[in-house]
Amino acid sequence: MKAVRSMVLVSSDAESIALGANEVFSAFQQKIQDYGLSDEISISFISDIGHNSAAPLVIIYPEAVIYGPVKPDDVLDIVEEHLDKGHIVERKLVPAHELSEHLAWLSSRKGTLPAENRIVLKNVGLIDPENIEDYIALDGYQALGTVLGKTPAETIGIIKDSGLRGRGGAGFPTGLKWSFVAKTHIDKKYVVCNADESEPGTFKDRLVLEGDPHAIIEAMAIAAYAVGADEGYVYIRGEYGLAIERMKVAIKQAREYGLLGKNIFSSKFSFDLHVHAGAGAYICGEETALIESIEGKRGEPRSRPPYPTTFGLWGKPTLVNNVETLANIPAIIRNGADWYRSIGTPSSPGTKVYTILGNVNVTGLIEVPMGITLREVITIYAKGMKGGTFKMAQTGGSSGSIIPANLQDTPMDFDSFKTASVSLGSGALLICNQEICVVDLAKVLLNFFRFESCGKCNPCRIGCQKSFEILSNIAEGIGTLQDLEDLQMMADQLYELSNCGLGQTAGSPLKDILTYFHAEVESHIRLKVCPADTCPMSGKTIYQVGQEVKITREQGA
Amino acid sequence: MSVEVKNGLDIKKTIRELIKQHGTERAELIPIMQKINAAFGYISSEAIEELAILMNLPTNQIFTVATFYRMLSTEPRGKHVIQFCESAPCHVAGGRQVWLALQEALGIKSGQTSQDNKWTLLTTSCLGACGIGPVLVIDQDIYGNVQPQQVKNILSRYE
Amino acid sequence: MPTIKSLDDLTRIREEVLKKQELITTSGKTEIIVGMGTVGRATGTQEILTAILSYIEEHNLGNVIVRQTGDMGLDSFEPVIQVILPGKERVTYGKLNPEIVKSILSNHVIGGKIIEEFKVER
Repeated sequence: MKAVRSMVLVSSDAESIALGANEVFSAFQQKIQDYGLSDEISISFISDIGHNSAAPLVIIYPEAVIYGPVKPDDVLDIVEEHLDKGHIVERKLVPAHELSEHLAWLSSRKGTLPAENRIVLKNVGLIDPENIEDYIALDGYQALGTVLGKTPAETIGIIKDSGLRGRGGAGFPTGLKWSFVAKTHIDKKYVVCNADESEPGTFKDRLVLEGDPHAIIEAMAIAAYAVGADEGYVYIRGEYGLAIERMKVAIKQAREYGLLGKNIFSSKFSFDLHVHAGAGAYICGEETALIESIEGKRGEPRSRPPYPTTFGLWGKPTLVNNVETLANIPAIIRNGADWYRSIGTPSSPGTKVYTILGNVNVTGLIEVPMGITLREVITIYAKGMKGGTFKMAQTGGSSGSIIPANLQDTPMDFDSFKTASVSLGSGALLICNQEICVVDLAKVLLNFFRFESCGKCNPCRIGCQKSFEILSNIAEGIGTLQDLEDLQMMADQLYELSNCGLGQTAGSPLKDILTYFHAEVESHIRLKVCPADTCPMSGKTIYQVGQEVKITREQGA
Repeated sequence: MSVEVKNGLDIKKTIRELIKQHGTERAELIPIMQKINAAFGYISSEAIEELAILMNLPTNQIFTVATFYRMLSTEPRGKHVIQFCESAPCHVAGGRQVWLALQEALGIKSGQTSQDNKWTLLTTSCLGACGIGPVLVIDQDIYGNVQPQQVKNILSRYE
Repeated sequence: MPTIKSLDDLTRIREEVLKKQELITTSGKTEIIVGMGTVGRATGTQEILTAILSYIEEHNLGNVIVRQTGDMGLDSFEPVIQVILPGKERVTYGKLNPEIVKSILSNHVIGGKIIEEFKVER
């Protein structure tokens, strides 16, 4: 499928079909052809449309305009006015009160394109990261200077009011976390930036660290002032050599300018930063494992409680924030909490950085308001699917969810995704077409977890290995129906019994493929057929250069 | 007992120098081991024992850390270390074909070192360059958008 | 080395930097900004940078400033450079190789004509 300029979606729930959705669909096909627009406009059915009393609905992207109820006779007007001439047909729009949930939200955007809005990545790709002056010229360190004229409590108040939620994946309110650390009455506290960005498919933090390191330094200083810390660590994963180098340069420059060190801005506040390079362990993205690693130990997660906010680095209260979370801080201080709340959705204000990967025409990274839908991302920013149609997306690296096609119109914010029982994760969108086999994908994900499990707790160490073996068997064509039950059990037990987030989320690909792609998994077992024709049992020769190699078991994943 | 020497560096002398720079705080253990690994390619048992004495830690504490982290090795590695990303994004972008081409070109499998000690082939988790997958890293050089037919050409750039 | 002791100091330095940057644009200098993040480097911006610098040297272009920046998130277009002609909008070019870069330098930087074919809309 090549990139199209518009996309027409016709609702296809039972009610819409009863009210003539099929006829509307064929009318659109006909008229689009009549106007010679077939190459520019795609048309498809959409399920899971949400509650409405105006079926059948027609949604047109990229404007995200919702028409309804649409009769075949209305189609000519919509094609001529909207698709050909570009005017929205106001009289056919669905009245807002007839929509609820995410459809209502979609319609409330009033046909505006969810444009990129760069807060976190404001300076990335524009300034010279190794020159502090470039950062200062773009209002850098202004927020720190301002904050030092306020009380720590006022500062935390601004962050609380902004509604900023942690971007590491869990979505915990940032202001609340700060207040936990601020409340402790211990003279030594630490601020740690979690830059151990190891979720496969996620590289947003790398862009910030490489492209705008001073934003992190400024944010950490603000956080330190707010919680009462005087020392901080930036824990950057060892694989990010360039990011480590540039962060060190930036810290050196900030010290020279007096923006780190003693009595910053002639105040009583002193703060200094260290860079700690990781040594290659995914688990260190978990905050207690990260703390253990800074202390020079194996990166094994601690038992919680106590949480790091009261008992963290060397037993002292420690604030751990993710890079993307911190990168929002200076902008919030400069522009105020109300400004921040005006972006995104009410429960998840602000923007989210997504990395777009997989079978799409344009890969890369975007920063858009919270609440954009997957379909919008694929159509507008990724310029459509490459080779085939959308089958599923995997969000948030390995610990995200597998999102099937029928959820691609769910707004991507913390709460809507929670309601749909999927996870936003860390913001990677691995988009797959129908050539990707779900069993194969789950196998790759579990292979990752079985290597990255730290081995401390049994459910995770054994569960990941065992699940991988079962999936391999299914892929080989020697799976049994019992395997399906076992996989479900593994998924549940991983979630319930594991000590930390790694094990708890490792089962989610299993749960997701069994929920959304049960038929495809079952066909591997019952029919010994891989519908996507990738699994080893299909015996397909996949490698043609030089000598032909068949995938055999030894070559593994 | 022979003293381990690489690139003209004496392991014991190097460790003593590093301890002088970093001190003997436990928090410095990983940074020190990273430097040893970079200089010698791996952390030998001799290095572990020397560290244990100088940092006043049990050898098992040092060994357990050395084996935990992927970027630290307790086995000698070849002259060039190839890391191939086997995470999902590179997989979806066609990584498996490149992986097979790599193994064929080198004649070794994951985790092995070639007989002439030139290559060590490792798989790694995500390297954060997913937009240009499949990705492989040779020593410090990152290669993106790798096609199976390019593998031989890329390898030929290394002596 | 200027040490910043107050918000006034910060504002003063900021203004100095802005003045310096403005001087660059008003003095008729062209800026070429090369994306030198990890992905940029992995796709060959080092070669692009070398090509730009040697072209500048060969043609004695005294009024061109070459700077670096991080990755912009345009992964599938890497290697990426940006060209800012004095007083003009920033133009982003992608999917480059040393040959294309030479043609950008001769047509756009010297000739002032944007090469639409390699322009990246963002």
